[in-house]
Amino acid sequence: MNKRSSWALPYFIFLVLFVVLPLLLILMYSLQDASGNFTLSNITKFFTDKDALGTFALSIEVAIENTLLCILIGYPAAWILADNKLNRSAVTVVLFILPMWINALMRTLATAELFNMAGIQLGKGTLLFGMCYDYLPFMIYPIYNQLKKMDKSYAEAAQDLGATPSEVFRKVTLPLSMPGVWSGVMMVFMPTVSTFAISEFLTNNKIKLFGTIIQENINNSMWNYGAALSLIMLVIIGITTMLQGGEKRAEAEGGLI
Amino acid sequence: MRTSTKVFAKVYLWVLLLVLYAPIAFIVVFSFTEAKSLGNWTGFSTALYQNLFNGSMQNSSGLLAAVKNTLLIALAASVVATILGTIAAIGIYHLHGRKKNVMTFLNNIPMINPDIITGVSLFLLFVFLGISQGYMTVILAHITFCTPYVVLNVMPKLQQMNPNIYEAALDLGATPAQALRKVLVPALRPGMISGFILSFTMSLDDFAVTFFTRGTIGLDTLSTYIYADARKGGLTPELKPLMSIIFLIILIVLLVINIRQSKQQSDKH
Repeated sequence: MNKRSSWALPYFIFLVLFVVLPLLLILMYSLQDASGNFTLSNITKFFTDKDALGTFALSIEVAIENTLLCILIGYPAAWILADNKLNRSAVTVVLFILPMWINALMRTLATAELFNMAGIQLGKGTLLFGMCYDYLPFMIYPIYNQLKKMDKSYAEAAQDLGATPSEVFRKVTLPLSMPGVWSGVMMVFMPTVSTFAISEFLTNNKIKLFGTIIQENINNSMWNYGAALSLIMLVIIGITTMLQGGEKRAEAEGGLI
Repeated sequence: MRTSTKVFAKVYLWVLLLVLYAPIAFIVVFSFTEAKSLGNWTGFSTALYQNLFNGSMQNSSGLLAAVKNTLLIALAASVVATILGTIAAIGIYHLHGRKKNVMTFLNNIPMINPDIITGVSLFLLFVFLGISQGYMTVILAHITFCTPYVVLNVMPKLQQMNPNIYEAALDLGATPAQALRKVLVPALRPGMISGFILSFTMSLDDFAVTFFTRGTIGLDTLSTYIYADARKGGLTPELKPLMSIIFLIILIVLLVINIRQSKQQSDKH
């Protein structure tokens, strides 16, 4: 037993207090009524609440569409950025990441204002565009990283063995870059479901996403129902994480600098 | 590669960048006019910049306090996160088996959780423990979501380090504190610095977690200030020059970091 392993202890206590306990409290509050008695009514309320269910379905729909849009636009960009012949400068990559450092609310407000100026009605279309705009760098960066790490000799070998460029892409490059795509999906999908503020700004309060109803309930002191809605989101996070491997998002985000 | 592919690739990247930067350019352009609302041009003027610096704008104390809070909270949270995360990384590195897996798993949770879950869960914690919310709770919340990234950035440096040099320092008569200061910290410094920078920028940009943990004492960071402003309808006009200045600073810092990095890399080759 190495003594230095005990250095993990303070952080362990910190994590239990500020991560594990708060998550257990979400569970506890969602199973209580306002006076603290056990009840399942918060959970059943969600499944019988047409508005909440509709918002939930819409959020998942918008998140799927946004994720697909980000892959569709972001993959070619990442591919071009990672190609030595097409892009030689690291500065172009920085330019793609840079907008993330500008306050997201301010950028979103400016985007909405641009739509207004162009006379475009705020609604689902502008919501998707704005979301894609906000999250695109989070998709480009992990894919770019994965493509950069990739051993180029696989693609060259395939080429030497007679594969056409499109075959090389479909059978070698694309499968090898999938871990990057998955981390991008992690970084785009869940945050899209849970955003609030951004969706309100982009649709002039016309469209609410799931994050907004959680926020409204918590702010109106309906903690128990808010906690139940959070719990439902946690379940979805658990499922998607299980499907994709949770460390990937972490690795991708951790490497942003 | 065919030239048409090259041209297409270049055009694709630049069109994308143009779209990405349109809203930012929009803010910068309209920071040079006096009009109250975004998108309203009333002729070139640097009045908003002057207002920002001589504090002669409406509600100037609110905006300046928000900027000050944002910076102070980011600084406090990232300093604590860097220290806590570095010590934790050393500990986790020396753990084995199930304990190591548990710590890695726990460390991943805050990174996977969306902001709103982190915010709501910590809000419930502070309510549950009866802690009144304000600066302290916001800083604690920011430490919670920043520290995992420090751990993640320090860990590779531990793996690259020769594990025997710390013991060697002890054998040669250094106290553990001296060995930490003179052997471990220099070896881990690059990871600590990138962890610190990442923590600082994430704290600066945070909205949801701050929103839920700031309580009702009227504590505002830049994000919550902008949110409240937009809900009232009508942004403080001086936000435009402020954002333009922030953008310029970040642009310069990032370009300098990256040019230095690519120089170092080409020196090595």
